This record gives sequence, C-alpha cells and structure tokens, in this order.
Amino acid sequence: MGDSAYSFSLTTFSPSGKLLQIEHALNAVNKKGKTSLGIRAKDGVVLATSRKVPALVDLEGFHKVNSVTDSIGVVYSGLGPDYRVLLKRARKHAQAYYRKFLDDIPTSQLARGTAQVMQEYTQAGGVRPFGVSLLIAGYDDDGPQLYQADPSGAFFGWKATAIGQDFVNAKTFLEKRYNDDIELEDAIHTALLTMREGFEGEMTEHNIEIGIIDSSRKFRVLTPAEVRDYLDEAAD
Amino acid sequence: QAGLISRSDSSSGEGSRARRAVERPGRHKQQGGRRRGAMSILEYNGSALVAMTGKNCVAIASDTRFGAQQLTIGTNMKRVFKMNDKTLLGLSGLASDVMTVSQKLRLQTDMYKLQEEREMKPSVFNNMLSSFLYARRFGPYFVEPLVAGLEGPENKPFIAGQDLLGASVFTDDFVVCGTSEQELFGTCESFYKPNLGPDELFETIAQCMLAAVDRDCLAGWGGVVHILTPTKYIVKELKGRHD
Repeated sequence: MGDSAYSFSLTTFSPSGKLLQIEHALNAVNKKGKTSLGIRAKDGVVLATSRKVPALVDLEGFHKVNSVTDSIGVVYSGLGPDYRVLLKRARKHAQAYYRKFLDDIPTSQLARGTAQVMQEYTQAGGVRPFGVSLLIAGYDDDGPQLYQADPSGAFFGWKATAIGQDFVNAKTFLEKRYNDDIELEDAIHTALLTMREGFEGEMTEHNIEIGIIDSSRKFRVLTPAEVRDYLDEAAD
Repeated sequence: QAGLISRSDSSSGEGSRARRAVERPGRHKQQGGRRRGAMSILEYNGSALVAMTGKNCVAIASDTRFGAQQLTIGTNMKRVFKMNDKTLLGLSGLASDVMTVSQKLRLQTDMYKLQEEREMKPSVFNNMLSSFLYARRFGPYFVEPLVAGLEGPENKPFIAGQDLLGASVFTDDFVVCGTSEQELFGTCESFYKPNLGPDELFETIAQCMLAAVDRDCLAGWGGVVHILTPTKYIVKELKGRHD
C-alpha cells in the first residue's frame, strides 16, 4: 500500500492531544452499540449480549457470540460488520499459530494479536478504526480469562466488565455483585440479572445470547432452551 | 545413474534426494570412495550428531570437526545449542547454515519468551523449526537438526530429528544425523538401553559417538556431549582420535 493514493492516516491528533476518530469509534460502541458483558468465575467465563432485532429478522444462524477456537469465545458491542472482520482475523491468527507451533494459542496472545490489528487501523493509511469493542473469553493453562479490546487497540484483562449502551450502570451493578470466589453457575445468574437491569421490554431467550466456557475448556453458545432454563431460575 | 541411487536405509527419504541432486552426473557412487568423487552439499563440512533419552534426562553428542571436504580447518566447531532451560538443538550439515539456523531460531525462541512470558516447550520448538525449514522448501537450509528436551511439568524426555525440509521423526530412544549417520545407527542400536541415568547415558552416548566417527573421515577431531536434566545442564568434552 506504499504507493497508494491513500498513503496517509485518516486518524490524526487534534490540538488537544485527542484522536477524534477513536473517540467517535468509542461512541459508536458505547452510545449506539447494544450492551454486552462478561464475567470471569473461578472455574470459567460467561459472555452475554443483547440480541434485539426487528421483528421480521430470522434469528436462525445469527450469532453475536462466536468461538474463535475451541477454547476461546468472543462477543462485541458496536458495528456488526466490523466485528465479523475481526472475528475472521482472530480465527486465522489462532490457526496460523497452531500451524507454526502445534500448540493452542493462549487467550492472552489471541487478545493481544487482535488488539494489535485494531491499533494498526488507527495508524495505517486509508482506513478507519473498527467500530467495535470486543470481549474475549478463554480457558487455558493460565486458567479462565476475560479480555476487552477497544477501537483504539487498548486491551485489558477483567474480572467482570460491560460494554455498549448501558455499560456504566452495568459495571456498577457488577462491581457490587462480584467476588473472587464466584462460580460459573452464579456468574451466569449474575450476568442475566445485570442484563435485565438496563433491558427495555421483556428479556427472553430469543433476544439475548449467552456463551460460556468452563473447566472442560470448550467454549459454547447456549441454546435458547438452555437460556430459558437460566432465565426461569433467575426469575425466582 | 548417480542422481537416482537412493540409500536403502537412510533415515530421511526426501533429504536423500536433495543430497543426490548436487552430484555430478555419470560418476558411479560407492560407499567408500567419497572424496575424489561427487560431493553433496550436506557432506561438505562433515558432522556427526546423536540425541538420546535417559531416565528423566536427555543428551546430545556431536563431533567438533570443521572441514572443507577432506581438509580439516577447525577442531572446535559448535553444533549443539541450548535454546532454553528445557530444550537443546543440534544441527548437522553445512556449517554456514548451522550457524544461521541456530541464530534465527534463537531469535524466535527469545521473542516467544518475551511475548508469551513462558518458555517454549521442546515439542513446540520442534514444530516451529519444522515450519521454519519448510518455509524454505524450494531453496532450503542445508541442515538436518536434532531436538532434545524435557517436556512439560513432568520433564518427560523428548527427542526428534528432521530432514532439511522439516519432516520430523519422533522416537523414544535415539535419533542420529550427519555424515556418520549410518555408523551412528549401528553403534546406537547396539549400545542403547532405555532408562539410563545421566552418568550412564553420558557413557553410552559418548561411546556411540567415538566408535562411529572413527569410521568416518569427515567427522571426529574431538567431541562434546550436552546433558540436560530437570535440575542440571552439563557439557562434557570427549577425548577421541584426532585424525
């Protein structure tokens, strides 16, 4: 891309030292993006997101929570199409790693690599930052882990966090309810309660999506039937 | 004829082909009459290496000759490299590539340690080396490596050998490579016993090396053994014939 007509960055500093494009990208995530959250338990991680769509959309095959490898899952808030690009990149990165080392990529390395891509799009010529924040959940030799990656390319490890429209309230709610000994089943319960806090209308197994990874180290998206069971429990 | 003879019990089938490819056509190749005739790029400098497993330990032995065909230039050539506390790498073949490959792999191993904040396991190192060599499939590094190490929290002995294109072979007992490959197969097959302790393993691997290189004019002129246990890393020099 050296001799392209787009060999200049579109993300440049303002006099106050801000990178406005990144700020705008964060707005796309936190003002327009639907709420997502993640909680790390001592024996697993849970990801949850709102899956509200217009009435006539076919929900079959539409997933916001996806697996990157057998033992790493991801969810987003923000622009869906941008998410798909990063998801594909992350999957490819993990496979290339496996091909080179014949070893599964650690969650932290995958998060780092994905965040690296997001950073590049804030400096490379002719592109804009990704309009998503990602929550990456995995279970490897270092135990269960949860990472957040932002449009700026910054990434953090979290015990529990939320992104998207309701993230401030959700994080406050999580802070009150989190403890270091929380088990996965409780974490799922807490995730649902937190989702319900900012949810407009009735929360059903069709308009939210949950992904979990437990000590089996296999990430999976819960079926609507399983979500229904958890919702019924939480309703008590 | 010369380009198409393949040695019947050579350990690396694909590698043999590469060896043959450099020979001049029309020369009939015999086992004994090497030096006046055609030379293979993997045999130019001469080398001998063997890796063996013991009980909770591994060892790699190598000769230390550095030659230019029949002329001996150096007697202190380093062919075995410690990649990290749990992995040893031995390289036979063209001396220039031995140096380059060991340096480039050290870069990869060190970067991995900094990036991932953990040491690379021997099996992972082996695969990385394999990918590294195959990346040069159509213009390869003329080396045939051996990897030896202790794998995982149990420190299980791990050894593997590869050809110059990165095809790995995994065994429980020993792997050999170099110009004395055939001879080393003979001595190792005879002397090897499983589950030897570090001292016995040293004796065994040293005798295998010394006996083998005495039947190879391109290898010898001194030897060295590197032994790796969960707690120690020992390097011992061998006293052998200097001819």
